[in-house]
Amino acid sequence: MRPAGRAELDSLYFDYPEYEWERPCELDGKTPLHPVVIAGAGPVGLTAAVALARRGIASVLLEKKNTLNDGSRAICVSRYSYETLQQLGLHEPFVAKGLGWTHGQCYYRGETVHRFEMPHSEQERFLPMYNIQQQYIEQFLMDKASEYPDLIDLRWQSEVTGLQSSDQGVELNVRCPGGEYSLRAQYLLAADGGKSPTRKMLDLRLNGENLPGNYVIADIRMEHDFPTERRSFFESAANPNATILVHKEPDNIWRIDWQILDSEDPDAAIEEGTIRQRVQAILAMIGHDGPWELEWWSMYTANTLCLDDYRHGRVLFIGDAAHIVPIFGVRGLNNGFADAVNVAWKLAYVLDGGADEKLLDSYTQERRGATLDVFLNAGKSSRFMTPPSRGYALMRKAVLELSLSEEFTRPFADPRQVLPYTYKESPLTIEHAQEQAFAGGCPAGSAAINRRLSTGDFLLDHLGSGFTGLYFTTQDAVPDAVLDLFSELGASDTHFKPVVVSRNELPQGGYEFLLDAQNSIFSGYAAQDDTFYLLRPDRHIAARWCTTESRQVTRALRIALGEIK
Amino acid sequence: MKARTLDFQGMEIVYELLANTIDEVGKDKEALFLSKLCLMLAHEIPDISKIEAAVAVARQIEQGTM
Repeated sequence: MRPAGRAELDSLYFDYPEYEWERPCELDGKTPLHPVVIAGAGPVGLTAAVALARRGIASVLLEKKNTLNDGSRAICVSRYSYETLQQLGLHEPFVAKGLGWTHGQCYYRGETVHRFEMPHSEQERFLPMYNIQQQYIEQFLMDKASEYPDLIDLRWQSEVTGLQSSDQGVELNVRCPGGEYSLRAQYLLAADGGKSPTRKMLDLRLNGENLPGNYVIADIRMEHDFPTERRSFFESAANPNATILVHKEPDNIWRIDWQILDSEDPDAAIEEGTIRQRVQAILAMIGHDGPWELEWWSMYTANTLCLDDYRHGRVLFIGDAAHIVPIFGVRGLNNGFADAVNVAWKLAYVLDGGADEKLLDSYTQERRGATLDVFLNAGKSSRFMTPPSRGYALMRKAVLELSLSEEFTRPFADPRQVLPYTYKESPLTIEHAQEQAFAGGCPAGSAAINRRLSTGDFLLDHLGSGFTGLYFTTQDAVPDAVLDLFSELGASDTHFKPVVVSRNELPQGGYEFLLDAQNSIFSGYAAQDDTFYLLRPDRHIAARWCTTESRQVTRALRIALGEIK
Repeated sequence: MKARTLDFQGMEIVYELLANTIDEVGKDKEALFLSKLCLMLAHEIPDISKIEAAVAVARQIEQGTM
């Protein structure tokens, strides 16, 4: 919502672009079979389109509106997501615009009771978290999408009004300014948000819980001298009964969240006058007495809801269309990005003949697993932020009061920020006998960690668009058996990229060579001479071997491509 | 071997101490005080099964007398 007198897209700092509707070929009687149609050009749909285009797969994006989403909505983007954006070649504008942060503080009755630090080290290219408004996220994704004019067909003002799905593909009815038409595709990605029309058309329901507690999120503009960090306030002078969160965003915009109490009328709580009063009290509490302007506000409820299956034949659900999670721990959009790239790499292999359709079966297993993990963590956070009963309220008060002097209760106030999910149970992940032999490093299923090679040069900068084989050696040359293995892997995956890590200079030869002069990659990956890591296109470890066993590696690739179990 | 427990002499001291402290903090704060006390004592018992068993016993007795 916007203040009185300002239109929905009348922002203090962001100019909403207006995208033109263009006449699609279907209106002129053509009926091409598109490889992929994506319903919804929000951040998750756009990410999927860019990830597919990077692999040469064309998609049609359908969007009801003619512009980006209003308001700032999602603002916290994790390091893991930045690493994903880097793989898609668009981290630069995100780094330039986003405000990075590493820690946060929790206050109880005006006193700091907990200061949390997110894991960070000089081995990382990106900070643990960045604040950036969703409009910028969408705009940067749009800029990237427009670099693929032959592969991404963006259709604005185009609403899906009907859907028929079979084992062979989907047929959609689309309504647009030029009339209605039928659109054929091999696959449909439903990225049409929390109220997903696709979900309704397939008569599917989200299952789970609606948690108690309503929150207002409001963005304001002010000159306020405080570093970028997350501040949470319990029983503050501004509103003793409501939990309050304060985040800094780019362009002097500040995000303020507060809980609407059960005793409040929710309609009155989101009236402009009430919003201004609440903001004024919160600003007084944080010591800001200068001017401020109201930009936008909205209300949200905390829910843990998801589909039982994210795939229904040729329709795959990504982002909020598949799951609605509480905001605490910033898992909504961050998980949406992960959904998009997970489904995109799998679809890319299936569509270009590199893998059987069975590969797609792993999508629900992996990404719904991540959602259930979110529910576990975000559920705990939500119950702390908004105690659902007298018992929870009593325990929270006990914990917060103890935290003033006792160290051991302070972690209760930790926001449990999103961490990359490990695909441990995935059918694509192999935990063989050698997995146990590692003393640390990145376990099978986990996300590959970054390592610094030299100033501005990091391990993850060197991954390919397909699978990557990371071979570690302390020898003067790469053994012939490993070079043969690289060729075999390249034959199974035409996008395969062989990378050799060594502490010494090595001769060139059919692979990318990384000099690990600081021993940072060897130590981070608990590697020794002849260690092999097989990385998936989404940077997760498919399997690893202390000492390379070629037959097992080629088999692991076939398993990770869904061919065998 | 049975795990070491506080002897009766000790329990008598706890009895008096809790009675007096509950009176002192007053009716409005007694639940909060007891919650904090439980958290602090739980922190000293690095065995979650003991705590779960104690909660179960206390709860059972409570329900039997309701």
